[in-house]
Amino acid sequence: MNSAIAFKTIVVKEVRRFTRIWPQTLLPPAVTTALYFLIFGKLIGDRIGPIDGASYMEYIVPGIILMSVISHSYANVVSSFYSTKFQRHIEELLVAPVPNWVILAGYVCGGIVRGIMVGLVVAAISLLFTKIDVAHPWITVAVFMLTATLFALAGFINAVFAESFDDIAIIPSFVLTPLSYLGGVFYSVSMLPGIWQKISLGNPILYMINAFRYGLIDVTDVDIQIAFAITGGFIVFLTLFSLYLLHKGVGIKN
Amino acid sequence: MNALSIRNLTKIYNNGFQALQGIDLDVQAGDFFALLGPNGAGKSTTIGIISSLVTATSGDVTVFDYDLRKQRDLAKSCIGIVPQEINFNQFETPQQIVLNQAGYYGMPRKEAIRRAETCLKQMDLWDKRNDVSRRLSGGMKRRLMIARAMVHSPKLLVLDEPTAGVDIEIRRSMWEMMQEVNRQGTTIILTTHYLEEAESLCRNIAIINHGRIVEHSDMAGLLARLHVNHFVLDLAAPLVSTPAIPGYHIERLSDYSLDVGVPKEEGLNKLFALLSEQNIQVVSLKNKSNRLEQLFMDLIDSTKQQGAT
Repeated sequence: MNSAIAFKTIVVKEVRRFTRIWPQTLLPPAVTTALYFLIFGKLIGDRIGPIDGASYMEYIVPGIILMSVISHSYANVVSSFYSTKFQRHIEELLVAPVPNWVILAGYVCGGIVRGIMVGLVVAAISLLFTKIDVAHPWITVAVFMLTATLFALAGFINAVFAESFDDIAIIPSFVLTPLSYLGGVFYSVSMLPGIWQKISLGNPILYMINAFRYGLIDVTDVDIQIAFAITGGFIVFLTLFSLYLLHKGVGIKN
Repeated sequence: MNALSIRNLTKIYNNGFQALQGIDLDVQAGDFFALLGPNGAGKSTTIGIISSLVTATSGDVTVFDYDLRKQRDLAKSCIGIVPQEINFNQFETPQQIVLNQAGYYGMPRKEAIRRAETCLKQMDLWDKRNDVSRRLSGGMKRRLMIARAMVHSPKLLVLDEPTAGVDIEIRRSMWEMMQEVNRQGTTIILTTHYLEEAESLCRNIAIINHGRIVEHSDMAGLLARLHVNHFVLDLAAPLVSTPAIPGYHIERLSDYSLDVGVPKEEGLNKLFALLSEQNIQVVSLKNKSNRLEQLFMDLIDSTKQQGAT
């Protein structure tokens, strides 16, 4: 059994799926984030002073890029894998000698590719509003990739447990979006009153956004090493949990 | 060599329903084998376990001597599955669906393209290879699932009601195709509710009911055990009552037709003679049902009665 070919087949299939419907997958984040940059960055941001030495527009660009990466890497895997279950073509994979880790890696890579493509689209839009000199390129790339991986894995687990289309909308609407907005996309946690600063530090997305902001503009509210440790820890845990679910056949086998 | 060997296979679902109660089954390599049973008998569970979509509670399954649990990849590589319900991505093209399946089996791209062409041509779908598959007709979708199942050249092809819902012309062409695949050396296991189909195509048969194998033999031997053939007789003149002829079971279907159960040892000549004695003239006759259907119903009825007692 050539697992590399099976892996490539899943990834190509996944990428073809979201690029075929690009008006639903790649265009909306471009429009939405352009509005964010225009309204928050330009119209309101011009009246807000610099934060930690960066203009407000520069300050919100990393968070908005990463917020798009988070939502789209998650959305790609949760919708694709759930549809695969719902339409029963998951059976194509289950009857074939495809190892569980290849199934997981294939879907997660599909999510990562979409996250990267959306992130690049949003980054390109941001260049229309401000100039970004990447301060720490390797940290930027590493946070970008790790965040996409983490949320692609989370999307996979959501899809495994989902039993209806409602179940795949609940987590993005009621968990991811609030945590992203409260993760310091538009503000520094140092601007919050004491207790809220401490509560904010319990939000893992805060660490990723700040690490990415550090990579892009050298500004952060958190320790970068802690951010990497949290992100890496979540990735390891979610990977092991996903493999366990596949091994047990949860949600996909009788 | 056995293409498939099942030993003491049981399945208890989470809701407590026991779908399989320890079945044993052997299918020889090269066979065209029928696995029959009424709805809910355990056919689909058995096929689900063979295809790794259902986890067995206990028991062993080997495919061409590969243990499905311990040598899963090797066993899976030998099997092609055509499920009962459409289960491909209906937004993809037939060619893409078949190529993806080849990829899942680790087939290099060039070889996959060649095999996909062969399989789609064999299923008469080559002209439709670039159409969106949800626009295919029901028969085409079923043939597409067969093409997909065959792309990795499996040694064992499991067809779960492949002709359900297709018209008679397509069904006949699918029969020819299945026979051709079997002639080329592929072992076929067929489940179907069309018993005529099983009788025409299969050399060996197992009948499953209430999660147990109630019959496992060769088709010819099974049919030889049939004691009574049923015929519908069309009559020249109307009847007002059902004639009574000792040794024959007769029902009046209408004024001009009778359903007669003819025991093997009695024969039709004797029946015609006895009818003539009662001035009943037969214009024509036809087999009421295919022979396997009668046997099937007898076996299912007998297991029902055993269950009742």
